[in-house]
Amino acid sequence: MTGEQFVFLAVSGLTIVAGILVVTLRNLFHAALAMMLSFLGVAGIYIMLGAGFLAAAQLLIYIGAISILIIFAIMLTRRMMQAQDTPFNSQAGAGLVTAVLSFILLVFVITRLWRNEIFDSPPEVPTAIMNQIVVQLGSDFVSPGAYVIPFIVASMLLLAALIGAVYVAWPQVEDEA
Amino acid sequence: MAINTLSQLAVYSLVVGFIMTFVVITGFAYTTLLERKLLARLQHRVGPNRAGYIPIPTRGGKERKLLGGFMQPAADAVKLFFKEDMTPVMVDKWTYFLAPIITVIPAIFILAVIPWAGFVPYITPEGRDYFAIAPGINVGVLFILAITSISVYGVVLAGWSSNSKYAILGGIRASAQMISYELAMGLTVLVPVMLANSMDLGVIVEGQRGMWYLFLQPIAALVFWIAALAELQRAPFDLLEAEQELSAGFTVEYSSMRFGMFFLAEYMKMIIFCALFAVFFLGGYRGPFVDQVPALGFVYTALKVFLGLCVMIWIRASLPRFRYDQLMSFGWKVLLPISVVNFMIVAVMIVLVEEGVLGF
Amino acid sequence: MTATIDWYVALSAILFTIGALGVLLRRSAIIVFMCIELMLNSANLLFVAFARSLGDLHGQVLVFFVIVVAAAEVAVGLALIVTIFRTKRSINIDEINLLKG
Repeated sequence: MTGEQFVFLAVSGLTIVAGILVVTLRNLFHAALAMMLSFLGVAGIYIMLGAGFLAAAQLLIYIGAISILIIFAIMLTRRMMQAQDTPFNSQAGAGLVTAVLSFILLVFVITRLWRNEIFDSPPEVPTAIMNQIVVQLGSDFVSPGAYVIPFIVASMLLLAALIGAVYVAWPQVEDEA
Repeated sequence: MAINTLSQLAVYSLVVGFIMTFVVITGFAYTTLLERKLLARLQHRVGPNRAGYIPIPTRGGKERKLLGGFMQPAADAVKLFFKEDMTPVMVDKWTYFLAPIITVIPAIFILAVIPWAGFVPYITPEGRDYFAIAPGINVGVLFILAITSISVYGVVLAGWSSNSKYAILGGIRASAQMISYELAMGLTVLVPVMLANSMDLGVIVEGQRGMWYLFLQPIAALVFWIAALAELQRAPFDLLEAEQELSAGFTVEYSSMRFGMFFLAEYMKMIIFCALFAVFFLGGYRGPFVDQVPALGFVYTALKVFLGLCVMIWIRASLPRFRYDQLMSFGWKVLLPISVVNFMIVAVMIVLVEEGVLGF
Repeated sequence: MTATIDWYVALSAILFTIGALGVLLRRSAIIVFMCIELMLNSANLLFVAFARSLGDLHGQVLVFFVIVVAAAEVAVGLALIVTIFRTKRSINIDEINLLKG
């Protein structure tokens, strides 16, 4: 086993174990921490893939903002955390079947149908591009030939979500008591 | 020193990281002493002067005490280590034990990208422009922002796991404060990035060859400094130390060295943010004759960090504490708009200068 | 031999299934929410892996848009959950059944 494989297995092991913990832990706060750990593992995978910029963005947004927001919601509504008799919902059986079947489908698609010669001999990524990833990404986002319109739409989406979230969570007057 | 392979780089980073961590931890110890001494002087007191001094006999038979108190940090550390380490019964064990560690780790992480000196022969690897634990991380600024955003976790974990209402209130307060001021800080950090045209901290330092960004961008520097104070929870933003309301905030259930770890993280972050301020606005390791004698870079960095620490302590001695609602509205309604407007002005100015509309 | 693209695809599939399991099995709306984030992450992982193996950056650009969508989703979704909690005093998804008629 090479060093890269070892690191990959370690990081992906962390990601998967943390993911399983998210699904199995009964304590919401612990589950949120496990989710944070899983995000950390994904950031590690990004670094292995040479996407350091994305890894930093993952840390900044997923771990620093999204996880914290969820943890805040959990801390602010402590009654949510009261232990319930069962952690599963009433349709868990059907859900389990669906999830297992979808996994089998994924495995089937990956092993049988998806075989492209492009991936069997990955092209050597020119290091010049890899060194200039940030510059390239930046110009991709704002050049009219590339992604400027999705970029603007995304910013509009964020603004709309912000306003919507404030509106939805705004306390009603009668709720104050 | 030549470094060719990845494993050599790893060994180099490990060794340098080890040394720099020790330097900063020692710095932490003496920052506490500096703070106590300087605060005392600003308040017409003497400060700690018993632990460790150099006796100098004088003619009158009495002895003069020189450097009184220089062993005080060691005495404090010994005291912290030998105190009883109490664990309250109702705490959430795992997270309770993890919280102090998670608080310290991000502080150490940020050390990795700070340039302490320029290219110094023998100790900077060949081909690198500056001396740092991990030189050549081209997204250094983003790395710093990312790690800063992680450091909220220590506070949240400590507050939640203590299972005490003071702790959780303090934790929520402190983390909301950190998140709010992170925005303003992130936006002002982008100003030196735009001016230097790079997210590499070494390039930002070299970009201040002609003039420090402090003079070019005093508003950004001021906003960064205020946001850094809030991020560090230093006075006047030290609400978590508001004993009158919250006993000791999220650290209330911690004792002995676990409490000391929070302390360690706070002071390490003070040093680190002063170093960052130096890098972003005070020209980092640059100073007179640094091109001829590169090792002077260490001296200049240390000097600028020392200056920053003194200003922080001075602010603590001078300003009263914010109220929590004032703190929030100041962060969101004053600092954030200022930093956004400043950011836009700088962006437009840079474009205008590059297009030749404005000439400098 | 290094870690090839297949490894990353496998990791992504496993992570996706874990997320799907959480969404389909758990009762707490917050956990469901977190598992959706896990599934989005597994998709991101695949984007980056393919971007790497194809040697271009479009995958990474798409990941940014996914992150934006995730952020928007968290803001709105958490607001909804908090509101539901406020009115129904519970975030058990079995009890959110107004549409049942």
